[in-house]
Amino acid sequence: MTADALIQLRDVVKEFPVQSRAAFGGRSERLQAVAGVSLELRRGETLGLVGESGCGKSTLARCVVRLLQPSTGQILFDGQDISTASHAELAPYRRRMQMIFQDPYGSLNPRRRVGSIIGDPFAIHDVGPAGERRRKVQDLMALVGLNPEHYNRFPSDFSGGQRQRIGIARAIALRPELVVCDEPVSALDVSIQAQILNLLDELQGELGLTYLFISHDLAVVRHVSDRVAVMYLGRIVEIAPSEALYEQARHPYTRALLSAVPVFDPDETRTNASVELTGDPPSPLDPPRGCRFHPRCPRAQSRCAAEEPQLIPRAGDGPEHTTACHFPLVEGETMAIGAAPRMTP
Amino acid sequence: MSAGPPIRSRGPWELAFERLRRDRAAIASAVTIVFALVVALAAPLLAQLTGHSPIEQFTATGLSPTGIPVGPGREFWLGTDGLGRDVLVRIAYGTRISLLVGVLASALAVLIGAIVGIAAGWHGGAVDTFLSRFMDVVLSLPFLILALALAALVGPGLGVSIFLIAFFSWASVGRIVRSEARAIREREYVQAARALGAGSARIMFVEMLPVVSATVIVYATLLIPSSIAFEATLSFLGLGVPPPTPTWGNMLTDAMAYYKVAWWLLLFPGAALLGITYAFNVLGDSVRDALDPKHDQTIGAGRGGDA
Amino acid sequence: MTGAPTAPLLEVRDLAVAFNTPDGVLEAVRGVSFDLARGRTLGIVGESGSGKSVATQSMVGLTRGARITGQALFDGRDLLALPAAELRAIRGRGIAMIFQSPMSSLHPLYTIGWQITEMIRAHEHVTSAQARVRAIELLGHVGIPRPERRVDDYPHQYSGGMLQRAMIAMAIALNPRILVADEPTTALDVTVQSQILRLLRRLQQEFGTAIIMITHDLGVVAETAHDVLVMYAGRAMEQAPRESLLRSPRHPYTQGLLRSRPRLGTHGTRLIPIPGQPPSLIAPPPGCPFHARCEHSIDRCTSSAPPLAASADGDSAHRSACWLSGQGTAP
Repeated sequence: MTADALIQLRDVVKEFPVQSRAAFGGRSERLQAVAGVSLELRRGETLGLVGESGCGKSTLARCVVRLLQPSTGQILFDGQDISTASHAELAPYRRRMQMIFQDPYGSLNPRRRVGSIIGDPFAIHDVGPAGERRRKVQDLMALVGLNPEHYNRFPSDFSGGQRQRIGIARAIALRPELVVCDEPVSALDVSIQAQILNLLDELQGELGLTYLFISHDLAVVRHVSDRVAVMYLGRIVEIAPSEALYEQARHPYTRALLSAVPVFDPDETRTNASVELTGDPPSPLDPPRGCRFHPRCPRAQSRCAAEEPQLIPRAGDGPEHTTACHFPLVEGETMAIGAAPRMTP
Repeated sequence: MSAGPPIRSRGPWELAFERLRRDRAAIASAVTIVFALVVALAAPLLAQLTGHSPIEQFTATGLSPTGIPVGPGREFWLGTDGLGRDVLVRIAYGTRISLLVGVLASALAVLIGAIVGIAAGWHGGAVDTFLSRFMDVVLSLPFLILALALAALVGPGLGVSIFLIAFFSWASVGRIVRSEARAIREREYVQAARALGAGSARIMFVEMLPVVSATVIVYATLLIPSSIAFEATLSFLGLGVPPPTPTWGNMLTDAMAYYKVAWWLLLFPGAALLGITYAFNVLGDSVRDALDPKHDQTIGAGRGGDA
Repeated sequence: MTGAPTAPLLEVRDLAVAFNTPDGVLEAVRGVSFDLARGRTLGIVGESGSGKSVATQSMVGLTRGARITGQALFDGRDLLALPAAELRAIRGRGIAMIFQSPMSSLHPLYTIGWQITEMIRAHEHVTSAQARVRAIELLGHVGIPRPERRVDDYPHQYSGGMLQRAMIAMAIALNPRILVADEPTTALDVTVQSQILRLLRRLQQEFGTAIIMITHDLGVVAETAHDVLVMYAGRAMEQAPRESLLRSPRHPYTQGLLRSRPRLGTHGTRLIPIPGQPPSLIAPPPGCPFHARCEHSIDRCTSSAPPLAASADGDSAHRSACWLSGQGTAP
């Protein structure tokens, strides 16, 4: 645990009750969206969190900003345990951490004016007299690239990219330290994505922000992140500095993920030979025993079905690159193309 | 820096209003309602004009020698009733009661229903269960028996009518608002408000109420005709505003005795009731269409996989 | 796919689609032309508002209340001039479509098997038993495990990737000559997306189906298309074979798209976005639709829209709608 850790997650688990179905003998009545995550977010960095649907990354994000309370485990913000804090106790922390949402259409109340929406943080935390609030909101609008004169307009008057700017303005209004970005550009047109990514970059520099950046788009994550964590079925399977992950991924799932990213620059040689994973990502309702990835893994062996691998440095890596795999890929090793999984579930 | 859109800004309310303006049925029903309002307000004027008050009994000119009511003619434009009273003037005064009770009862019902619905929808858990069960009980109560009991206890009147109607109407609004509130609770803008640290009260008032208000307005508009019909039922049974104050309901009661010989006693109050109920129903439908959230997307902006 | 050039399967000329809205006339597609060759994949790339979906939907009669002009010659017959009954006969057999969200394209209350067999029996005279056998075969063909059991499942029992496979099975059931895939993988995870794209390639090789792949994702196009058409605000901006487009894009819009992507080497730098936003499609101004956002824009660009043309010194198959590249000088 480094001294400048802004957020520390220790074995965070988040479960949801699920209506039990009569069939299959009712294996599990609780869905573990996050199944034991330990992570550290350092001041000033951008930590990318990637994974596919059902991996729990959005749930984890919501636990970090305490929109959800973790079932077990600890969340430390600047050394303070906020895991079980009540709504009232969380009030001072709310000013220090905020969230940007994915859907520019769903994250703004369609019946409220934009100025009022951006001014919410000021109203909620009783900052400044009302007259001054309006000026502050307009300053924020200018800061994120919106026309301050559109203060009284409704969200429906704005495009997707502009709406996302509104959401960003709202999030940084109180100058938080941490901003959790949940797929902030996934719902935007390609020609707008770069604008928003640049804006986020600019704001990070100006305001000294720390980002937890969640995305399924590996190219975007590679661009923005200092370190990247890969999630699968509620667990972290690999964490590494950005370049190390992309150049020398150790976990077979990471490799498979990277190989699915289309390559279209003829100058970009494919470092990850194409691996076709069979089947669909499994549901978190009934996770496999042992390593959660083993039923789909071309390298799985009997140990993988029995013993869950720890997230530790492997194959001679330093403490910055940890992998949860019994048989991680080593230098120069590639995975066979289209290999079928060794173990049948 | 990206400049704002060059189009004229129109908020969702403005857009809805414009849609309503273009709806012919809505215009027609609005005109009808305004007409009824004018009649209600001008009732004393009408009484002065014809020289007949609503409760005066013109036994000489208003009844035939055999005591049968007189039909529509020059003296009494819409005829007289069994006691020789001017039907036209009575209908005009009756409009006042109907509109007053209709609008007030609806407003009260919708207010209570919205508050309860939002509270139940937002809090969930025990609060929701309690409030929902409570609404279920209210919805299962027998209307007539309770109306009779209450009228017997406190005596019939305007206030009692309004209270009764509101009491029996709020729960259906409450249920609808509750399910909408539950859906809104999961929306990202509510999550965002929570992430900012907003408390329950603020979320219910500032976030949910504006969104739910569209449904509430539609329901208010649609509740008015049923409130008016409710009132007519109550006064028909003698449980509403007591005579001699005319209401369409008690006019219809009187008509029961004479309708075979005096068709106008049934037709005119009946037509007024039908007409105003129909107008409000049509308006309510148009308002619902106008406020349909599916209309609130701007064309071509953002990615929706449309074009 | 080399050899003597054969007549294209589909020839679209000057397709224009407009809708009447309360705010004015929305010109979704403004004069787009393209060819689709047998057994090849044409990728139509565009962002929201580009008109890419509307263009293909209008060809098969899925745009109600729209004013459509132009020609779409399929086997010598103009689809836009056909009566509804004949057009319906072509849908499914001649041209099949799959959409972005299979959950909303499949009826939730009928089994997958029933939906496939009904579709087969609507076009062919076979018994329901025969159709069911074919349905099971198709499901197996698209990679659904244990198809004889899954054929009786309902859509909600399938995962996203499997649903899309089921949609593809339905689409190829009648062995259509053209398959139009409208953002088929946008809602899917990246590993599932790569499986689906692989499946489509395999099917194309087996059955020789021509595919129109509509997407906003240049990566999808890079993986699947032979030829690419780039659309923006209802017009065609650039048209070229895939390699040529990705290697040396000529139109400033395409260049901007490729340049603004986060990729290897961009970490720590500012991306170069395309400034501004797409224009409104209602009463669009004259001239090139991209000129407001284009760094090379000249006076001519604001007054007249450039046609799609090959540059004098370049490859004739690579065409761009730009006054500057048309004159042989790539910007």
